[in-house]
Amino acid sequence: MKILVAVKRVVDYAVKVRVKPDRTGVETANVKMSMNPFCEIAVEEALRLREAGAAAEVVAATVGPAQSADTLRTALAMGADRAIHVLHDPDPARPLLPLAVAKILRAVALQEKPGLVILGKQAIDDDCNQTGQMLAGLLNWPQGTFASKVIMDKEKATVEREVDGGIETICLDLPAVITTDLRLNQPRYATLPNIMKAKSKVIKKVTPEDLNVDIRSDMEVVEVTEPPKRKAGVILSSVDELIDKLKNEARVL
Amino acid sequence: MAAMVVGALRRGTATGGGSRFFAQSLRRFVNTLVVVEHEGGFVKPSSLSALAAAEAIGKDNRVSLLLGGSGPGLHKAAGHAASSHPLVSEVLVADSDAFAHPLAEPWAELLHSVQQKGGYSHVIASSTSFGKNLLPRVAALLDVSPVTDVTSISEPRVFVRPIYAGNALCTVRYTGEDPCMMSIRSTSFSPTEAMSETKVAPITQVDLSFLSEGSSGKSAWVNLKSQDTERPDLSNARVVVTGGRGLKSAENFKLLEQLAEKLGAAVGATRAAVDAGFVPNELQVGQTGKIVAPELYMAFGVSGAIQHLAGMRDSKVIAAVNKDADAPIFQVADYGIVADLFEVLDELLKKLPDKK
Repeated sequence: MKILVAVKRVVDYAVKVRVKPDRTGVETANVKMSMNPFCEIAVEEALRLREAGAAAEVVAATVGPAQSADTLRTALAMGADRAIHVLHDPDPARPLLPLAVAKILRAVALQEKPGLVILGKQAIDDDCNQTGQMLAGLLNWPQGTFASKVIMDKEKATVEREVDGGIETICLDLPAVITTDLRLNQPRYATLPNIMKAKSKVIKKVTPEDLNVDIRSDMEVVEVTEPPKRKAGVILSSVDELIDKLKNEARVL
Repeated sequence: MAAMVVGALRRGTATGGGSRFFAQSLRRFVNTLVVVEHEGGFVKPSSLSALAAAEAIGKDNRVSLLLGGSGPGLHKAAGHAASSHPLVSEVLVADSDAFAHPLAEPWAELLHSVQQKGGYSHVIASSTSFGKNLLPRVAALLDVSPVTDVTSISEPRVFVRPIYAGNALCTVRYTGEDPCMMSIRSTSFSPTEAMSETKVAPITQVDLSFLSEGSSGKSAWVNLKSQDTERPDLSNARVVVTGGRGLKSAENFKLLEQLAEKLGAAVGATRAAVDAGFVPNELQVGQTGKIVAPELYMAFGVSGAIQHLAGMRDSKVIAAVNKDADAPIFQVADYGIVADLFEVLDELLKKLPDKK
């Protein structure tokens, strides 16, 4: 079986983003970019399934501008076998939406015929939490979102999901789509030899047109603004003072 | 009906540049479908927030509610839903074992079918794990883009949503075909439980013939492991006390639980505390956990990472206790104490009166 993993290049999770003065978006020029943390977990899970003998090949795919190839190299350095780069340079006013990504990934999945597609549960830039569910819907495959544990057998995947009330277990017929939650695994670091080896692995470049996917957008970004600032707080010196403030000033006790 | 006519007109002229002007100049008929979650025979508070969002779309919004499940609890909840808001004009009930569990596949078919029959202009669910799992799947089936985690509605098709862990607010305009689908952040819409005693909406059974065409059976529900707790639900609690890595052990979290007991509060945690195994994951507050906005948020041993702040920055009053004076949490806290959290906790436990 083959596993397809979708990865996204995003502003590094530790960066405090700044909204552009013209309110068209956030500053991404000269900002550190990395693989979306949930995507790293997805790659790691695919590799572990391959190492456990549940899969023969791991293919990483991304949709994005030329620089997104770095993210694919990272996935290859972690251990993915090969990669597919769907080139797309988005217009900042009409960013690529999850629906378009899902349609592209659907086309890739129909070509590659994986038994499983793993994605992160959300990208930490747009915070949409949509692509995996949409891909599953478009393929008419079952979905196991927010996975914290995946057990594969020949025709089925048992997935433990992080839901509001606790941990839910479901069982999916393969092929299926799984999206990863933070606690699924601890992604490995790429070692230097593996980074070197990744340079010779194949990244196939295609365009949305090659895949016959029309990426129209039905969403317009009107503006991006800073969230309201909280007014400065005070540092208190005793617990009594805290209780007094909460009771008499904030009136929340 | 009007929506279908408008929809047909729009589709008929959708290629020309003038069609958009035409569509916008025509006053759109707003009718909304709200996907309702229920528990113990009642509509969940998060779904009442979704109703408040429907009201924010338009005061003349004709709102239909969709409930699914099986058993007497479903019908009791339908009764509750029927009188839950004056704008509710109809309650649709899908009574089948297929909807007894929150599986995305049958639910997506249900919602898809109900939307195709009703031709709603808007579909709203709450940003719960159920709503986030379901809505995008249906949106893909309908070939529309949904909006995640809406925090404010300024026009029927213009919404504000946080991006980058709440470090930016993005205003978007939906320009696509009907329906305009969204999941709403429940803490941003107060559930005005404006129960209408006089107006009780009719309850209709959904035609489930689409189910027999069956692509169901692709997924099966096995079980749900949940922590039993008598404390209020984290997402809706008036007071939340949260512990981070500074609590050091699961044992020490009991101190927080005692404090929560006294305050009638829910207990929350940072990712570090969950990963260290101090508490179960459903208590995680943050970008990837629960989003809370209580009246009082008390953070003990929480540094205040970007990802954590994303889940609590809209709290009315934030109090933080941390021995590191430079911890970022103090930049958002209204009241801070730089001290050992265990000493502060002990003192609080002694000095706060017991909740009657």
